[in-house]
Amino acid sequence: MSGRCVIRVEHVWTCFGEHLVHQDINLCLEPGDILGLVGVSGSGKTTLMREMIGLLTPSRGEISVFDVPLSGISVENRQRLRSRFGVLFQGGALFSALNVFDNIAFPLRELRFPGALLIEQLVCMKLAMVRLEAKDAMRMPAELSGGMVKRAALARALILEPDLLFLDEPTSGLDPLSGQEFVDLVAALHRELGFTVVMITHDLSILTDLCTRVAVLADHRLVASGTLDSVLACSHPFVHDFFHGRRGRPPFESGEAG
Amino acid sequence: MVDFSLAEVEPPTIEVATGRENGPVTLGGSWNLRGLCSASPDWCEKLTACAKDVSAEWDLRNIGALDSAGSFILWQAWGARLPEQIRLRAEHEALFSRWEQRPVPKLQPAPRRSRPFLIPLHRALSAFLEHVLELVSLLGRFVLDLGYLMRRPRDIPWRELSATIHKTGSQALVITALVGFLIGTVLSYLSALQLKEFGAQSYIVNILGLSIIRELGPMLSAILVAGRSGSAITAGIGVMRVTEELDALAALGVSHSLRLVLPKVLALMIVLPLLIVWTDVAALIGGASSAMLTLDIGYHPFFLKLPNAVPVVNFTIGLAKGSVFGLCIALIACHFGFRIEPNTESLGRETTRSVVTSITTVILADALFGIVFRNVGMP
Repeated sequence: MSGRCVIRVEHVWTCFGEHLVHQDINLCLEPGDILGLVGVSGSGKTTLMREMIGLLTPSRGEISVFDVPLSGISVENRQRLRSRFGVLFQGGALFSALNVFDNIAFPLRELRFPGALLIEQLVCMKLAMVRLEAKDAMRMPAELSGGMVKRAALARALILEPDLLFLDEPTSGLDPLSGQEFVDLVAALHRELGFTVVMITHDLSILTDLCTRVAVLADHRLVASGTLDSVLACSHPFVHDFFHGRRGRPPFESGEAG
Repeated sequence: MVDFSLAEVEPPTIEVATGRENGPVTLGGSWNLRGLCSASPDWCEKLTACAKDVSAEWDLRNIGALDSAGSFILWQAWGARLPEQIRLRAEHEALFSRWEQRPVPKLQPAPRRSRPFLIPLHRALSAFLEHVLELVSLLGRFVLDLGYLMRRPRDIPWRELSATIHKTGSQALVITALVGFLIGTVLSYLSALQLKEFGAQSYIVNILGLSIIRELGPMLSAILVAGRSGSAITAGIGVMRVTEELDALAALGVSHSLRLVLPKVLALMIVLPLLIVWTDVAALIGGASSAMLTLDIGYHPFFLKLPNAVPVVNFTIGLAKGSVFGLCIALIACHFGFRIEPNTESLGRETTRSVVTSITTVILADALFGIVFRNVGMP
């Protein structure tokens, strides 16, 4: 691990009662990285992400974000830290009682950002960034398609200009075309805004198109972590099954990565 | 460059050179979202005032941090273009140039419509009629389902029925007994004070017996069940709407009315009369206890006199009320549950409406019972 880590996970163990989820997880995410967190369902990807966000506390070990250990962090620092996160939940988690505009403006209003006109301008800017139109701003979340919900949720996640973006299965529930559009959008925004991304995904094409790093969770451990090529070279049976074409998937050649 | 510090950032500054016409306007500090949140309240007006002078010279080289929010706010203040005379650092140029190519949507203000006085009235009436029609159709569906189940008893949803009886009946025993006992005690105590004045202490049994068995027992139980179980039924069906369980049931060919409405209605029609008996007993014990303490009438003479003071038909009327109230509460709770839209606001709104409507309907039905049976069971 060289340089400063935006997120540093050190010897993290997680247990829910008797059930062991994570066993000695270590990870360092450098500024500008796009980390793809992969693993079988139930391997603890979402749990690890929730621990990074500070929604869960690991049973043992330490997670530091921007060099600040999350255990024992003061309420004030936790709030400051959270204002630098953007989180896109799997289902979007838009507030169903608010329209798209109010959903995106919500974090700014909570932060007491001055001026209704400025808030409107910033929301419009984010709408443009995620390629939503003005007429969509006044619609309720229930009236949006799956792809639009994801875009609106991404706009809300980006409204505070985060340095760190968490994406929980961003393309789940989207058709391949919309999924690819969403990946292109995240890639363009990453180039433009330069944030660091942690992304849970089951989509192998995202790993090649978007991720600069891949971490594989299996058997409660982080069995592989690094660039896609280095992960593909890992001999762990799960990595082999996942990337090299079990269950009728076409074989995943390391030459495709890049 | 990622800033690892969590400390407060330097607020943005605007300095206008004095003594020289057309600027320069020097910007410093952090022109990012974190900085703008901690800026002095007048920064926006100051920026707008400076940006009005189109020939002003701008110097942005002292800006420490600039993000897309800060650059966009400056861009908007300049009238969606860069000022003619501007000096800025190379790494900040890209932040402004992106806005040249990207159109930003403008919100259209919602058109203001005049609302004549009669339109809300018409809407309220239409909504009321809609509710009545839907409730009648739900009742009709319930009757049809009952007929269907009589022909096919194997399809009776025993499990749901039993679960609802347990939730709405067994689990409500403590609260109904407590409320009944306390109301009985208070009623007996207050009546005793008045009866003492006229030397008519022995009439406490008549007053308590008739009022509790005929009116208070059924009303108390119904209001408690409407608040407790009616709201739970509405919210439960509403959450099923939000989580698409209703759609899943429909897709599996399972009838909502047969599987969700009928067990709840039947359960409340069975449970409420039983709860009324239970509440009556608790209230009468409370009343008798209070009578013993204030009027020195023992439990034995109190309960010995009760059958003579209150004709048994009052008890039957109380039970009949229970079944009707149960039918009303369950139908109204289910009706509002099915009206819930998949959002949190609707869930709260319809649950409140359900409880208010149930209690109002129970009171109206009680008044109707009072009128219809005005000559029945009175001593």
